Amino acid sequence: MDHSGISVLFEGTNFTRLLGGLWVTVKIAGVALILGLILGIVLGVLRTFKNRLLRLILRLYLEFFRIVPTVVLLFLFYYILPKQLNFNLPADQIATLVFALWVGAEMSDIVRGALISVPKHQRESGLAIGLNRYQLYRYVLIPQAITLEIPATINLATRVIKTTSLLMLISVMDVINIGQQIIEANNHTHPTGVFWVYGLIFLFYFLIDYPLSWWAKRLEKRRLERTNG
Amino acid sequence: MKKKSFARLIAIVSVFAALLLVLTGCGNSSKKSSSSSSNNPSSVKQIKKNGTIRIAVFGDLPPYGWVNQDGKRVGYDVTLAHQVAKDLGVKVKFVQVNANNRVDALNSNKVDLVLANFTVTPERKQVIDFAKPYMKVSVGVVSPKSKPITSASQLKGKNVIVTKGTTAETYFTTKQPNTKLLKFDSKTQQFNALKNGRGAALADDNSYLYAWSKDNPKYTVGIKSIGPKSYISPAVKKGNKSLLNWTNKEINKLTKQGFFVKDYNQQLKPYFGKEVKPSDIVLPTK
Repeated sequence: MDHSGISVLFEGTNFTRLLGGLWVTVKIAGVALILGLILGIVLGVLRTFKNRLLRLILRLYLEFFRIVPTVVLLFLFYYILPKQLNFNLPADQIATLVFALWVGAEMSDIVRGALISVPKHQRESGLAIGLNRYQLYRYVLIPQAITLEIPATINLATRVIKTTSLLMLISVMDVINIGQQIIEANNHTHPTGVFWVYGLIFLFYFLIDYPLSWWAKRLEKRRLERTNG
Repeated sequence: MKKKSFARLIAIVSVFAALLLVLTGCGNSSKKSSSSSSNNPSSVKQIKKNGTIRIAVFGDLPPYGWVNQDGKRVGYDVTLAHQVAKDLGVKVKFVQVNANNRVDALNSNKVDLVLANFTVTPERKQVIDFAKPYMKVSVGVVSPKSKPITSASQLKGKNVIVTKGTTAETYFTTKQPNTKLLKFDSKTQQFNALKNGRGAALADDNSYLYAWSKDNPKYTVGIKSIGPKSYISPAVKKGNKSLLNWTNKEINKLTKQGFFVKDYNQQLKPYFGKEVKPSDIVLPTK
């Protein structure tokens, strides 16, 4: 019975199950990011408008999703709201929805920040050559804001991917949840399996997140090179 | 400067006001939904119509509910779940839960039935309905063999590890307030904490601790039974008479058929070792 913990990973279908869990994680984070980014850009643009009521509502939306911890949001959407409102979605859809709304909120602030930090003379020049509001945003403000917001957006993306580890609380079979199943199922034969399973999960998250943060750093460097010559 | 902080104050206050509105809104509508419980999504009729029963089980608690290396759910509770589905003539869909979201899973209609090593307590009875028990247990305390804990008085002022939402947590919180509790979200975490020496002992259902200490010979169940004996039952949503009555009949039938002794021998015996007999866990036929 010379069991090294690492063999836990390759017994039966364990490795493919972990990969399956990782796919669930990536799918939820990916779809949530795409939906959230679209939502966030629209809301971010709306937040630069002058209408006070609109701005107040969007501000409340942002603060709600920023202040309330993600765990609480997941519980609220999975257990509490369905009971009151009589709708019932599967756990992974709820997870995607919550993460999309959260990304949308955070993203709206990033977009707003980027839009108002485009130099003022750009906006004024645009207006001076007779652009309407749509054209102003489409051709002048948004293209210049995008370079400003990319690093913060990628940072947000890595945060979202890491936060998916909370999903086991609402019964989503993500990579952490499957990892725990494997650890518990093999605890009596492979007591050191826990180290290897979490080690592999760490590697998975690293392989997804590190390229993103490397990309963010490179984009930021290029932007500085471009602006400072 | 002053104006700015004032605006911020207003913003914060309005956020809380909005939150309050959301919460009170929830409170109001909950009264409505409980009064109009005529269309019960978890009644026997509805389950048969859907062709599937959704059963909450553990995924990380061998030998009750866990996943083997082929990715299949197995265990004492899972065998019962398959039998229940077979007798209802429907397919079974498993929803994996943790100890502290078993009640919520029922109340928010995520599952029809909970078969997740669910101990009957008076507090839980207020929020959900338990069927007849199919197992009996009490709280036990496991500690390292090198520093065994054999009586509750030894735990005074020491760290005791528990999982949130378990009977052990409730017992130590109410009856042993002198101990410091370290609470964890899952079974995996609590045993890791004990192995890492974060607490002097760990409290959980005794049957489960027998199984665990058999695989971890450095630890011993120093206190075999503490607090009152308790029972493990299937649970349904509060007021779901239809499924409750059906489950009671099912448990009676299965007990008479000796299903649980068979289930014990198949699923639990390899884990518990010789010191535990089926009659320590399974309830006698009445």
